[in-house]
Amino acid sequence: MSARDQAQPPVLRLSNITKRFGALCANDDVSFSLAKGEVIALLGENGAGKTTLMNILFGQYSADAGEVEVFGQRLAPGNPRAALDAGVGMVHQHFTLAGNLTVWENIVLGTQALSAPRLRARAVKARIADLSKRFHLPVDPDAKVGQLSVGERQRVEILKALYRDARILILDEPTAVLTPQESDALFATLREAIGLGLSVVFISHKLHEVMAISHRVLVLRHGRLVAERATADTSREELAALMVGGAVSSPKIAPMPPGPALMRLSDVSSKGEGHAPGLQSVTLTLHGGQITGLAGVSGNGQGALSDLISGLAMPSAGQLEIAGDAITNWSPRRALARGIGRIPEDRHHTGTIADFDLTENAVLETYTRDFARHGWLDWAAARAHAEALIATYDVRCPGPDTAIRLLSGGNMQKLILGRVLETKPRIILANQPVRGLDIGALNYVHARLAEAREQGAAVLLISEDLDEIITLSDVIHVISQGRLSPAFARGTMAPEALGRWMAGDGFAEVAHAS
Amino acid sequence: MDLIDILTSAAFWAAAIRIASPLIFATMGELICERAGVLNLGIEGIMVAGAFAGWIAVWAGLPLWGGVAVAFAAGMAFGLLHATLSVPFGLSQHVVGIGVTLLATSLTFYTYRVVLPEVSSPPKIEAFQPFEVPILSHIPLIGPAFFAQTPLTYAAFLLVIAVALVLYRTPLGLAVRAAGENPQAVAAQGLSVTAIRMGAVIVGSGFMAVGGAFLTLSAFDSFFFDMVNGRGWICIALVVFGAWKPGKALLGAVLFAAFDALQIRLQQTPIGAVVPYQLFLMMPYILSILALVLMSRRAEVPAALMVTFNKGER
Repeated sequence: MSARDQAQPPVLRLSNITKRFGALCANDDVSFSLAKGEVIALLGENGAGKTTLMNILFGQYSADAGEVEVFGQRLAPGNPRAALDAGVGMVHQHFTLAGNLTVWENIVLGTQALSAPRLRARAVKARIADLSKRFHLPVDPDAKVGQLSVGERQRVEILKALYRDARILILDEPTAVLTPQESDALFATLREAIGLGLSVVFISHKLHEVMAISHRVLVLRHGRLVAERATADTSREELAALMVGGAVSSPKIAPMPPGPALMRLSDVSSKGEGHAPGLQSVTLTLHGGQITGLAGVSGNGQGALSDLISGLAMPSAGQLEIAGDAITNWSPRRALARGIGRIPEDRHHTGTIADFDLTENAVLETYTRDFARHGWLDWAAARAHAEALIATYDVRCPGPDTAIRLLSGGNMQKLILGRVLETKPRIILANQPVRGLDIGALNYVHARLAEAREQGAAVLLISEDLDEIITLSDVIHVISQGRLSPAFARGTMAPEALGRWMAGDGFAEVAHAS
Repeated sequence: MDLIDILTSAAFWAAAIRIASPLIFATMGELICERAGVLNLGIEGIMVAGAFAGWIAVWAGLPLWGGVAVAFAAGMAFGLLHATLSVPFGLSQHVVGIGVTLLATSLTFYTYRVVLPEVSSPPKIEAFQPFEVPILSHIPLIGPAFFAQTPLTYAAFLLVIAVALVLYRTPLGLAVRAAGENPQAVAAQGLSVTAIRMGAVIVGSGFMAVGGAFLTLSAFDSFFFDMVNGRGWICIALVVFGAWKPGKALLGAVLFAAFDALQIRLQQTPIGAVVPYQLFLMMPYILSILALVLMSRRAEVPAALMVTFNKGER
């Protein structure tokens, strides 16, 4: 279905937008228009200039050249207020919510004059209730935002835009932080919204989402608009090729006999953290030369399992064995010494130290062992190591003295990957290793993991993306509520069957049978 | 006189409320700053400056309320300095705050010597007198304790109500709280984080100075060099104790003041004859630390406290 109607003027028109940051041209002469009720997907790799373009539209940056028209009116550049007043709402990738304030306070912020004598709380809440009913965005207006799940927070962000009568919604990678179910709910809301006459610009690098939700796809590469396709006339393969500018390759997993058991968990239970469950009598064997995939909805015990393997937690019951040795004393340092390499789930918080430079981050896990002499750090060796990682793992950065927070997610992940693989780990814990990465970086990470497998390492791949699990894994387990499914060999399970295990079915029968 | 007698005497509670008043002003001032995301360590010096400015203005012939206004203005001036350095320039709030405290304190002493070069003891002024609220002051115990205070004490309590109302019931207060929680959220709504934070620091500093002026215009009738004596630092702790909420902070101020009033009275009991008086002086501070430990464990610190905000940066 195409909602485009040539007779109607576009609700939004960007003309010849150019934006430079120093030598980098983030947007180069980009033009497009959006029709009423249309969903445009803006597709591109990390660093292709999608977010910059939308920040210009929303008035957070001003363009060096070009202009933005909303409903036929030229938008004053560099002023979010003007964009908001014109009916443009933006849901940022990193939410702009205050955690200690309630939902309604977050929504009403900025909508009433600062000189107004009081907040009209009751009227505000009534309007929020009305909007949340109309758009199926259930949320408790009196809840503190800090206590909401990520999905709920996103609903608040969307409500915030709707509360301001936004008629054009910009969503910047809205599904990057959502579970598959939450993403589906978001899509339902968006369909609702376009039915009510809103128009949407949807930024993403996930092809299946783009195919599912958009009418038209614009592909950005290196700041330039390289292609425009009606979604109905294109395919995932074509879009992927357009995005990276070449054919896409997923790694070949050649069949290989399993190697020795490098790690064994026997009836292991552990404590959960907060709302996340711990492990319940989990038995798991990781073989060398195998990728073991762990499928499951986030928050079902993946955290507890990766804490256990990386040395952050001890089993409360059961036995942990590495290469046949029962483990009694366990810490992250001991885990490293035992040849465990970890790619943590949250690369910003547990993978790197944001304000440390690449050299410091490159040696974070090994500085006491490989980069110290008589108690003094050997900076020359550390720097050489960082330079080698940057070259070998194609980390795009100004140099080893750059603070790591300035790198894109993909490049940060490549450095972490390099840091892990260079220690020649026997066991690799890869927890959501490609979350938020573009196709180029994603393929790179997958290829390197496949390579480590061929060299005999045992890889535990934890992911919510079933496609990723099915493509890469030799053996698949599903985790649900801290329980682990039996092992399924490669090619024996369809996604639907794994989905049923993910929902918690099947476990009861196993318990019954045993 | 034993403990029960002390705690049930109107004179004790009247003293506690009196001692609490300057703390309430300054605590509210600090609370406003911190709610907007700025730690104002200039508080100690600003209180000294306020104590001096209010007193010297009255000595020079202004009415008492005029002295309060002058103190407020002096506080706002130092607030402007603090805000300029810490908000748009984004300098370390600790360094700026200590700097403002040192500057305000020394500038006060310098001005004192310039204005009064020859005196050996500072001149006295006609300070605020207690005002007995009709009817209410006749309630037994509560009347003489709470309703026979000076007008500036009543103002302190009214200020707490005003701060709470503005923070929680007005769009302005919401913007201030949001600026202290997530400045990005404020900027994304097209509001100026810089203006909101600077405004909060300037007004907050004004109230700190009035807290100082209470000492010279109401509690005493003259200015001494070390009269503020660490009260500013206590107020920083009281904001934490109060979990950044005006009502709880008021409670903390009164509690601290009650301990202070109590230790003075305990010194005059038979125990005071054997126990060194320094131990009594320590008492309010030790009890405050204990209360702080107990109360502040679950406090919700403004998430963007001491986080500088630069527009256009990630």
